Amino acid sequence: MIGPLIAREVRRAFGGAAWLPPVFFLLVATVVPFAVGPDARLLERIGAGALWVAALTAALLPIERLVEPDRADGVLDQLSLRGMSGEEIALAKIVGHWLTFGPLLLLASLLGAALLGLGGGALGRTLLTLAIGTPALAALAVAVASLTAGLRGSAALGGLLLLPLAVPLLIFGASAAGSGEPGALKLQAAVALFILIGAPFVSGAALRALRS
Amino acid sequence: MTGLLRFEDVACWRGGRLLFEGMSFTLEPGDALWVRGPNGVGKSSLLRLAAGLLSPAAGKVQAAPAALADDALALDRELPLETALAFWARLDASSGGLPDALAAMGLQQLRSVPVRMLSTGQLRRARLARAVASAAPLWLLDEPLNGLDGAGAEQLGAALDRHRQEGRAVLAASHAPLPGTGWRTLDLAG
Repeated sequence: MIGPLIAREVRRAFGGAAWLPPVFFLLVATVVPFAVGPDARLLERIGAGALWVAALTAALLPIERLVEPDRADGVLDQLSLRGMSGEEIALAKIVGHWLTFGPLLLLASLLGAALLGLGGGALGRTLLTLAIGTPALAALAVAVASLTAGLRGSAALGGLLLLPLAVPLLIFGASAAGSGEPGALKLQAAVALFILIGAPFVSGAALRALRS
Repeated sequence: MTGLLRFEDVACWRGGRLLFEGMSFTLEPGDALWVRGPNGVGKSSLLRLAAGLLSPAAGKVQAAPAALADDALALDRELPLETALAFWARLDASSGGLPDALAAMGLQQLRSVPVRMLSTGQLRRARLARAVASAAPLWLLDEPLNGLDGAGAEQLGAALDRHRQEGRAVLAASHAPLPGTGWRTLDLAG
């Protein structure tokens, strides 16, 4: 039953707001040289970190549309009526969200890396850390969206919740992308795995609580 | 389990208020129960309890797989009506029943019209068509006549009759008298 739900998430995102995060990501990457100056060596040194900050802020944009519209429209009720658990719904939303968020962001990071003058090695490392990190960012976004659905000011609240939770991904991701330390990459993968495993359960419990 | 829906001594608390307690009834195949009562007395909560979307504060609810048609639309507004309904029919494994359900609710002319272009009454028909297509043994209808015109009410009556003749049951909350015959009534008092 989870297949049609994933397909629906993908269709709805590409029908509307999926292009927003990568465009926002590129905008942030573009303003970095304006802020720190056009010094190529400095930009290359901070480039990976800047791309990770851009990825993190881009991950905040979709939170609002991930769960709340389905809650308000009764879609979540109709799904639970058909025996779908909160965890299954959450898993479908995480997979669907990543499919419309991760690959586009990886493509955008190619362009972003060119803007910041990242060399081949740094570019490869940044892509690798984003490939590991974006599924966890998608999972966090769905969990936070489930936790804040139906609350007033849920969009701002979602951002406040997601950013601190994503800090370990940022620290290890940016460090692995910048310096190429294998330890940082392993730690980032461990954090991402932990988030990916935990998020469906957190989100599922939040979705169940929404019903009462 | 005996019957398609069974309430045993059920109590319902909502927002710190006791809506009802000691509620017991059973719906057998072919039964139709009309829940009446003033606004805010707990009719919709009763339906949500039957759907398993709420847990009773006390007592036990046993229900067969149900289709719920309430005020929430739960259809993707950008899609044509038939495609939007097909999403749910696919989850219900009853895609084959969708054309008949559309015809039963008089929607066959509107199949390719986007959901967002439909009127209030047409959207009510669409919600009912989802229940008709589902082949669920139990229908839970919350104010099914809201927004329906005379022809729509007749079509609903015919669909209800077929549903019950096939040995299935319906629980409906409504202010207005419901079409079809043989309704038992359940009065909720404030």
